[in-house]
Amino acid sequence: MKILVCITHVPDTTAKIAFTDNNKKFDSNGVQFIIGPYDDYALARAVELKEASGGTVTVLNIGTAETEPTIRKALAIGADDAIRINAEPTDSLFVARQIAEHAKNANYDLIMMGRESIDFNGGMVHGMVGEMLGIPAISPVMKLDIEGSTAKLAREIEGGKEYLELSLPFIAGCQEPIAEWKIPNMRGIMSARSKKLEVIEPVSAEVSAELEQFELPPAKGEVKMIDADNVEELVRLLKNEAKVI
Amino acid sequence: MSILVFIEHAEGALKKSSLEAVSYAAAMGGDVTAIAIGTISEDALKAAGKAGASKVLHVADEKLDKGIIQAYANVISQAMEKEGADILVLAKSSLGDPVAARISAKIGAGFVSNIADLPDTSAGFKVKRSIYTGKAFANVNITTDKKILGIKKNAVELKEDGADASVEKFEPTISDADFAVKITSQDKATGEVLLPEAEIVVSGGRGMKGPENWGMIEELAKTLGAATGCSKPVSDIGWRPHHEHVGQTGVKVSPQLYVAIGISGAIQHLAGVNSSKNILVINKDAEAPFFSAADYGIVGDAFEVVPKLTAAIKAAQK
Ligand SMILES: Cc1cc2nc3c(=O)[nH]c(=O)nc-3n(C[C@H](O)[C@H](O)[C@H](O)COP(=O)(O)OP(=O)(O)OC[C@H]3O[C@@H](n4cnc5c(N)ncnc54)[C@H](O)[C@@H]3O)c2cc1C
Ligand SMILES: Nc1ncnc2c1ncn2[C@@H]1O[C@H](COP(=O)(O)O)[C@@H](O)[C@H]1O
Repeated sequence: MKILVCITHVPDTTAKIAFTDNNKKFDSNGVQFIIGPYDDYALARAVELKEASGGTVTVLNIGTAETEPTIRKALAIGADDAIRINAEPTDSLFVARQIAEHAKNANYDLIMMGRESIDFNGGMVHGMVGEMLGIPAISPVMKLDIEGSTAKLAREIEGGKEYLELSLPFIAGCQEPIAEWKIPNMRGIMSARSKKLEVIEPVSAEVSAELEQFELPPAKGEVKMIDADNVEELVRLLKNEAKVI
Repeated sequence: MSILVFIEHAEGALKKSSLEAVSYAAAMGGDVTAIAIGTISEDALKAAGKAGASKVLHVADEKLDKGIIQAYANVISQAMEKEGADILVLAKSSLGDPVAARISAKIGAGFVSNIADLPDTSAGFKVKRSIYTGKAFANVNITTDKKILGIKKNAVELKEDGADASVEKFEPTISDADFAVKITSQDKATGEVLLPEAEIVVSGGRGMKGPENWGMIEELAKTLGAATGCSKPVSDIGWRPHHEHVGQTGVKVSPQLYVAIGISGAIQHLAGVNSSKNILVINKDAEAPFFSAADYGIVGDAFEVVPKLTAAIKAAQK
């Protein structure tokens, strides 16, 4: 089976979010970048599928040269080769078009992505690529098993799960508990250095939204502490001050 | 300006988040048509009028009772065409998001999701979207003629002062190809307040010690008409179902009140709750990081505080 995994290069979940350049640029000073946590689930499941029934796993990222250490980490986790499309990933339709252009002639049996990127949290690239390629895109996928050319999936819905069946090829936007995150081992890290990382230039594509400015939420006020023996006071505050009960 | 709003329904009624989307469209000014798909009564649909729609298109095909993503995308794009709508508005949901993404690529419409406020159309079409899992906002200008706006809960206040909407049957063309994906079954809580829709959420963390202690969380939630949530380790260990897991890698909520009991307040948990209007934290450790993100806090043992709090709320409700 030939699998494509699309990964993002995003600030670590504990990173302090700040902006520079008149709030027009993300301040990456001191920030550590990681594979998007949802993409990491997709990658882990892709590697498991390959280990179980053979095939290849290719990782793809649309990003500038800065993302290469993140791509190498995906190779260390078990992907066979990688492609970087050399562009700033600023717009979902643009990113989706790049993925679709690459995938349309590459005959992947399965394209795996994260449920959403944790920087822009769009949750939309998989659906867009699905439409562009004319194949189903399912998200968020919690379970994915393949038998021959049929796949059985569980998708999270509000208040529960939905079970689906469909034929390959398709796109899955993944989340836990589809697989456990994999930590690269020494052998993986060594072999990642010599795996192929191809850099290709983007195709020109529509841009649908332009960034004007970033903004931080207003600072949180002081917390009001209430004595554990005086829950009536808390009820009064929730009722009269916060007006939520 | 003609705006189409995709409205979802569950258990025979329109979802509150969808009614908010209708109010959002009405607040933008313009002619608001809603579209509902699948079996639901005409009376239930009229409620969209109160929230601001003048008309509801109803695709009453029972083949579409389950949310088949491709078919829905196809149906809604046809409705946009029929109504001459340039803007599609919808609430964030597990169905709305993937449907909107497909429509976006199908008709070349810029799609922005997680919108937290009304657009500014004084120059261009600017919307404020929540990014970095609620830790920041981006103001973006949508440059395409057609636009799709995915709104976050509480982006606008739900208004219910309109008149009943007229309901019109809509029969789009659907093809077999739209049904390539088979939904074999659904496993869904009924009669519960759904987490993403809830105005109050009561969540428990590892401090609750075990699933046998969730009775007091549920009792407090029931008293408040709230949904129940949990931290990631709690769903990882299987104390609670996965769809209750709140945070960076789980459900993001923005209720009027979020109550965190025995949850430390790790940054990844906070990411899922930081747009709540009010946060109440109950934790026995005064140094728990959650207190610095809270509006109200009690340092104490949950096993004593929670039953007392439930009793005090019940007393106040009388
Ligand atoms: C990439 C990534 C993504 C993640 N995503 C999420 C996510 O989406 N959601 C999430 O929740 N976590 C997430 N996590 C995990 C997160 O970092 C924390 O480990 C987790 O939130 C801790 O859960 P907890 O607060 O329930 O448990 P703990 O950290 O163990 O805290 C338990 C708390 O209960 C208190 N307590 C104990 N006994 C009592 C008592 N009797 N009465 C009152 N209080 C008591 C303790 O003082 C403590 O503060 C993620 C981590 C990573 C690395
Ligand atoms: N720049 C990118 N490069 C590769 N894959 C991406 C990129 N941006 C988004 N994706 C994929 O699309 C998924 C959804 O992203 P988003 O729609 O931005 O939330 C991510 O989890 C990735 O799998």
